[in-house]
Amino acid sequence: MDQGLRELYQEIILDHSRHPRHFGALPDANHVAEGHNPLCGDKVKIYLSVDLDNRITDVSFEGRGCAISVASASLMTEMLKGRSIDEAEELMDGFLHLVKGDDARTLDEDDRERLEVMAGVSAFPMRIKCATLAWHAMKSALDGKGKAVTE
Amino acid sequence: MSAEPRTRPDTSYDVASLRRDFTILGREVHGRKLVYLDNAASAQKPIHVLEVMNNFTTSEYANVHRGVHFLSGAATERYEEARLRVQRFLNAAHSDEIIFTRGGTEAINLVSYAYLTPLIQPGDEIVLSVMEHHSNIVPWHFLRERQGAVLKWVDVSDLGELDPADVAKAIGPKTKLVAISHMSNVLGTKTALAEIVRLAHAKGVPVLADGCQGAVHGIVDVQALDVDFYAVTGHKLYGPTGIGALYAKRKHLKAMRPFQGGGEMIREVSRENVTYADAPMRFEAGTPPIIEAVGLAAALDYIDGVGRDRIEAHELSLARLAAKRLKEMNGVRIIGEARDKGPIISFEAIGIHAHDLATILDREGVAVRGGHHCAQPLMERFNVSGTARASFALYNTVSEVDALIAAVGEARKVFG
Repeated sequence: MDQGLRELYQEIILDHSRHPRHFGALPDANHVAEGHNPLCGDKVKIYLSVDLDNRITDVSFEGRGCAISVASASLMTEMLKGRSIDEAEELMDGFLHLVKGDDARTLDEDDRERLEVMAGVSAFPMRIKCATLAWHAMKSALDGKGKAVTE
Repeated sequence: MSAEPRTRPDTSYDVASLRRDFTILGREVHGRKLVYLDNAASAQKPIHVLEVMNNFTTSEYANVHRGVHFLSGAATERYEEARLRVQRFLNAAHSDEIIFTRGGTEAINLVSYAYLTPLIQPGDEIVLSVMEHHSNIVPWHFLRERQGAVLKWVDVSDLGELDPADVAKAIGPKTKLVAISHMSNVLGTKTALAEIVRLAHAKGVPVLADGCQGAVHGIVDVQALDVDFYAVTGHKLYGPTGIGALYAKRKHLKAMRPFQGGGEMIREVSRENVTYADAPMRFEAGTPPIIEAVGLAAALDYIDGVGRDRIEAHELSLARLAAKRLKEMNGVRIIGEARDKGPIISFEAIGIHAHDLATILDREGVAVRGGHHCAQPLMERFNVSGTARASFALYNTVSEVDALIAAVGEARKVFG
């Protein structure tokens, strides 16, 4: 198999896409937003519970999409719990750099290691939007916008 | 479209020699031989078309219908010859029934704006099938939003077939137009257009056919079909982008109001008033796509030079082979198995999203479309978020079918 494909569809990505973590609605969420990629019709909905100290206490997602978008959403939900809103946005910023093949030095070593599995997307420009969809939806949820569209 | 495919292979169909006319087919992608199976999105162009456009531009080009100088006359002649060529291709009765547009989308929007808009009262209906392309849906949504028109959807069967009787049933006293694809860009289904037209006319309702796929894969005779409007696009017919045509039956032309306003479409303009040219000029405001029209005529020459019946037979033999072999694979489902269908195959590899599948195929050099194909109501009907689509053209080969099957096998391996 092609080396780029091997990096894109690593076992850990396939595992997240087959068994997404934190999948389903979150009844107590106080921040919710949908992400929509009109190009492929993929949709993802992000649920966040944020406490009075602006800390994310719980997170989940639902929706359907390709392996890349589902894995990315699943991985994101694993990493957000316990972070402050500012930390979540920094993480997103680092992630966006990573999948575009840019320097992601704003990420600390631990985060970078965990997100590194998504770096293969950078070799597939047509698929970067798939990887970023859930993250944009998360940002919209935090901003109270309700909707994010990537195309 | 009625020609039955030959049962024996057409040994005189020299695909290797045809392929030499399409320079791009010789290139590689990702280090693999290109296997171009995204023809329903757009077809590649034979060198002949490019040469004609180049020669015209470098020897006879000027604006049309305005100058008195030599070149303007020459260019006007070529542009009007292109119209006659399209007329002949569709077997229209009159050349003024052929209106050049920017593509199929503009052709349908033209009917919506110039023909239907003035006729629509709130509650009036437009009948369409669930397998229409967005370009044959959204212009009617405009009329719903702006004028209170009602869209009446006709379902297709699980095989993807459209029963003309169901179309007839959907037509009521308030129906103003039936808008139906001649061939689904997703399922490949050929619709029984002549029968649909007959049933609609019996109720006094005109029919628009989206021929963007139908005109590519078979012989179209708008007079035999008796269809009122027929939309085609050039770039799927091996011609350039930016050119298409609308066939509009002469009896409708007079009542159609102008589309865009500008030069060429007027008879006289004063400070107080304006009068309009007759069709087709009335609907061709501004400088038209002149070079592209000449290119389209060259593409139609190319197609008819090969032979539309022979192209259809060749494409169908490939598509049938591909469908058969895809069905033999584990976990592959074909969506759209109409008895009468063109060389367009939508399929799904269970557990693999269409975009992942298309990405993996691409790395094997195989270009297919993955996604909703601008037909979201149809995706909803079949409860899929998207499909992969392989569509065949006159230059595809049996070994390209092999490459498709091998690449789908690779995808199966990636996803385990």
